Amino acid sequence: MKNAEEILQILKENFPESNLELKTDQPTEAVLIAASLEIDKLSLFLRDSSELLFDSLMNLSGVDELKESLLSVYYHLESTSLKHKITIKVSTDRNKPEIPTVSEVWKAADWHEREAYDLFGIIFLNHPDLRRILMPYDWDAGYPLRKDYENPEFYQGMKVPY
Amino acid sequence: MAIKTEEMVLNMGPQHPSTHGVLRLELVLEGEIIINVIPHIGYLHRCFEKHCEVMTYPQIVPYTDRMDYLAPMGNEFGYAIAMEKLLGLQIPERVEYIRVIMAELQRISSHLVALGTYGADIGAFTPFLYCFRDREKILSLFEITCGARLLYNYIWIGGLSHDLHPDFVRKTREFIKEFRPNLKEVNDLLSHNRIFIDRTANVGILPIDTAINYGVTGPNLRASGIKWDVRKEDPYSIYHKFDYEIPVGEGTYGTVGDSWDRYYVRVLEMEESCKIIEQALEQIPEGDVQSAIPKRIKPPVGHVYARVENPRGDLGYFIISDGSTSPYRVKVRAPSFVSMQILNELCKGYMVADVVTILGSIDIVLGEIDR
Repeated sequence: MKNAEEILQILKENFPESNLELKTDQPTEAVLIAASLEIDKLSLFLRDSSELLFDSLMNLSGVDELKESLLSVYYHLESTSLKHKITIKVSTDRNKPEIPTVSEVWKAADWHEREAYDLFGIIFLNHPDLRRILMPYDWDAGYPLRKDYENPEFYQGMKVPY
Repeated sequence: MAIKTEEMVLNMGPQHPSTHGVLRLELVLEGEIIINVIPHIGYLHRCFEKHCEVMTYPQIVPYTDRMDYLAPMGNEFGYAIAMEKLLGLQIPERVEYIRVIMAELQRISSHLVALGTYGADIGAFTPFLYCFRDREKILSLFEITCGARLLYNYIWIGGLSHDLHPDFVRKTREFIKEFRPNLKEVNDLLSHNRIFIDRTANVGILPIDTAINYGVTGPNLRASGIKWDVRKEDPYSIYHKFDYEIPVGEGTYGTVGDSWDRYYVRVLEMEESCKIIEQALEQIPEGDVQSAIPKRIKPPVGHVYARVENPRGDLGYFIISDGSTSPYRVKVRAPSFVSMQILNELCKGYMVADVVTILGSIDIVLGEIDR
């Protein structure tokens, strides 16, 4: 069982060129900030390294950070054998939100990523099946959980505000 | 001359009695054999997460009820725990005990629906009636506590909406005394019934590594043979005070992790819940259940992830606060949403009729998948 600091050390040793940072000013758990385009390599290492063995992705959630003009994704990981946990955050540009998929590493990410795509418009690169999941497939009025989202006037000829 | 065959696509649902709600499964078939199952969800999408962003923290509690509508107490419990972690609240001992009793009663009632409807899906209608008879008694216990039978708004941030009814402890003890023989009856009728075993054993086998990689939790994961329960692994509330077992699948009639195991783990869990309730009723202290409820809830800037063991698995709340009276973002990790992904993997190579068996054994609630 390792704490967040030790996990950061292991990652730094193996990814010396990455810009990793641990934010501990949270009221609850610490969060590890990583570069968005490296998350797939990082994830594979987190899962397969014998010291870490993060075999389970508990949660993946998109967040719209309108003030900073960013779209972020939080990954909550857990190791069922070593019993430690970590939260990882990556951010991407709001105008070109692209993050590599981790669904190859944890199959659980598949639908979570589809949901983040559906509601925030985050493009997960190399995702096997990036379609809308909760909204209708032909919804063309944008991404509802973005902070600047506005309801469309009409959907398929039906009035939306009722 | 060879017979020319081609793949066929069959739509199951959205209005189908075995989909347990409004779910459409696109089945790609070769004759009677399943090649692919593509679930289409979203028919019950009610924008829970968007609603949360414009409501104050206490106003969200009734909305959480409506996700997994078969286990609202568990949903409220999870939300309350996440908020208390973010606020750093200490809550009275009596509140903790009552919450655990309610959550475990809810687990029994939820599993009763799961087992009853599972039997009905497969063609055994009588156990359904037996299960619902007992579930009604639990709902009556909830009714004397908070006035509602289905959606309770009972567990609040920092406390409860009502204290226990004076008759509650006696009535709950009576219920457990009546319930145990009834459980045996259901076992005799359904669990060890030859026809039921033939339909479920060795069908939809879920290996342990696949289950973990897909994020499957709760009874579905334990049926694959691992003792993984949030109540033990990541203890919350006062679960460490009770003595109970975590049942796992053993492959009694087939292979470990088949549909029968997933079914039977739930049966065994009801007995363990009874044990927890009995111990909690013995130990429950006196006290005020509303003394710790904050007058105004304004958490510090930051985020929290907390989870509880709901009847369907690991229910997680991810809440981001920007320091105002309503959350910046709420994400719910619904156990059914994650478990549902495994369906395609489990169904491949089986018959169309087995889709019903496998879907029923995963025990989904569309309310929390679509939120």
